[in-house]
Amino acid sequence: MATYDFVFDGLGLRDWCDAGKTGEGLVSMADLLAKTGVIEESTIWNLPFPSLDQLNEACDSVAQSRDVTKGVEDGFLAAKDALRFVLDPLTQPLSWFLDGALLAFEAAPWWLMFPVLMAIVYYSSKSARLVVFVTICLAFLAFVDHYDHAMQTLAIIFVCALLCVLFGVPIGIAMSRSDRLQRMTIPVLDMLQTLPPFVYLIPLIFLFSVTEPKLYGIAIILYAIVPVIRLTDLGIRLVDKDVIEAADSFGMTDRQKLFGVQIPLALPNIMAGVNQTIMMSLAMVVIASLVSAPGLGVLVLRGIRNLELGVGLVSGLGIVLLAIILDRVTKAALDRVNAAQKH
Amino acid sequence: MAGNIKISIRNLYKIFGVDPKAALEHVLSGTSKADLLKEHRHVLGLKDINVDMREGQITVIMGLSGSGKSTLIRHLNRLIEPTAGEVWVDGEEVLAYDEARLRKLRREVMSMVFQKFALLPHRTVAENSGTTLKVRGVAKRIYLGEASKWLDRVGLHGYGDHYPHQLSGGMQQRVGIARALTSNSPIMLMDEAFSALDPLIRTDMQDLLLELQTELRKTIVFITHDLDEALKLADRLVILKDGYVVQQGEPQHILLNPNDPYIEDFVSDINRARVLRVRSIMIPLNDGGIPPGAHGEVSFDDTLESIIARSGGDTSHTYVVMRDGMAVGKLEMTSLVKALVPRVASESGARNY
Repeated sequence: MATYDFVFDGLGLRDWCDAGKTGEGLVSMADLLAKTGVIEESTIWNLPFPSLDQLNEACDSVAQSRDVTKGVEDGFLAAKDALRFVLDPLTQPLSWFLDGALLAFEAAPWWLMFPVLMAIVYYSSKSARLVVFVTICLAFLAFVDHYDHAMQTLAIIFVCALLCVLFGVPIGIAMSRSDRLQRMTIPVLDMLQTLPPFVYLIPLIFLFSVTEPKLYGIAIILYAIVPVIRLTDLGIRLVDKDVIEAADSFGMTDRQKLFGVQIPLALPNIMAGVNQTIMMSLAMVVIASLVSAPGLGVLVLRGIRNLELGVGLVSGLGIVLLAIILDRVTKAALDRVNAAQKH
Repeated sequence: MAGNIKISIRNLYKIFGVDPKAALEHVLSGTSKADLLKEHRHVLGLKDINVDMREGQITVIMGLSGSGKSTLIRHLNRLIEPTAGEVWVDGEEVLAYDEARLRKLRREVMSMVFQKFALLPHRTVAENSGTTLKVRGVAKRIYLGEASKWLDRVGLHGYGDHYPHQLSGGMQQRVGIARALTSNSPIMLMDEAFSALDPLIRTDMQDLLLELQTELRKTIVFITHDLDEALKLADRLVILKDGYVVQQGEPQHILLNPNDPYIEDFVSDINRARVLRVRSIMIPLNDGGIPPGAHGEVSFDDTLESIIARSGGDTSHTYVVMRDGMAVGKLEMTSLVKALVPRVASESGARNY
């Protein structure tokens, strides 16, 4: 006898319940225990919560919890083909970008890549010290033969962070202009930010082939785009109201105001968002090695899978160095923007 | 030229709240500001404002905080839309303007100077100053040239390549003024432009404004909460209280004939000898005869302070008042002394707010 029999008896639903009995329902742990002769005494202290499984025991017409997860799965699989039909062509360019970037970063010889990277670092930070530091880090990575993997990781981050900024900044601007859009977008952003990174991968594996680069590209972009959207929205909303009023009083059009006042004044916040986005793409690109993303993450994964301690630690150090490089360079660029706009 | 009405505000009402139109009905039927807030939860910002501003004059709108003066000035270029009423500029109804026409007004007819300067921190002083021309699509070379001309004029020669944060408050506001002047608009709106500056700098800036004004003859609308500043600058003074006009007119006239305890209280703190001028208290000479026994000649526009210094405090003196080389009146020291005392002893009752 199940605990909640009285509910259905009391409501006069016994017939409906029995109609659901198929005789071949799934066997529960309690049933098995009952067969062995161990009967749990039901007291007020071990009163079970009226969950789906408990109610199912009392009434066979009620679904079991495993039916819920199965329903979700069936629903997703049913929608899969339609989703795939729409998303596959839409996201195809992402695969091309990633393939192209990986090819370019790998094909470029190291004696060409080093000066290019040094020039980029110098242009964005205007600091010779930082250039020396970055060069030493890269030289170390190359010295221990991790150069190729590091470049693969860098190529993926380059494409994904660029696309994050390309999509994130306009979305942030749109959010800052419409309170309704902001109210609708914020729960989505919260979800993207709190969803464990592994969970992104599960539905994507069903949608796309694991051999396609866009699979991890989408996962990285979804995970990393959040800060740049949030901080663009915040930055534009925080622009001094007096300056906006002045811009209005001189007869600026909305366009002039956006590009001449709001974006430049929000730039420190937007840059902080870009910094966060790059760091989050780096975090995700390691996890994405589970779904065939190349780079340093593959070595980390090898270290875990084969218990190769040295390989794991050295590639982990490589990721740390890459993270420090990216963080210092973007922070230096951010500081330059900040210095130019001191009040 | 001077004397034409440039800006005219007619029956202007502004009510803040969810349903201003409905609240306006209550105001028109006589609900007071306090009752409107208590019973209908709407704030009466401006109530039945009628002001004319003449071309080439400085009209000062004075009031304490919350009196609606900043709200009023923002109606002139429609940074705030009124609930009811009319605003006429150069004989055109500004409230009927569409967006493009309004933008043209803001770009070419009215420029504004702000209390907190509102400069763009990422642009140089010269670029800031040229903003008003840049928004019209003027080429950079031209607007920078124009900007540097006006920067020189406000005393910032050589600062064009600095950034605003490198300048002191007073200098930043000079950039604000240069920016408004660069637009070459006939009307300048100044919203508490000098209130954020310390007293000495403020005096400098007032002098600068008056000096520019003798040359440029712009129509200036100046907002302030400082009566000394108002009296120094104003050709015409409008005093606001709780969103309505308490008194408006020639500043000297208001000082000598306050029509409200509120204003009496205001003017009682003023150094009258420094503000009042001979022309306001002299006795006109109708027959043109010079009074016998005069102790000398004084100018029509001299302050009373300078006359006291000249007489050495002797109240028996009489002076002939000269204007453009003609004797136009006589000044008795006894009437001067009387004018120094506020008409009503306002300490007795008016100071209740």
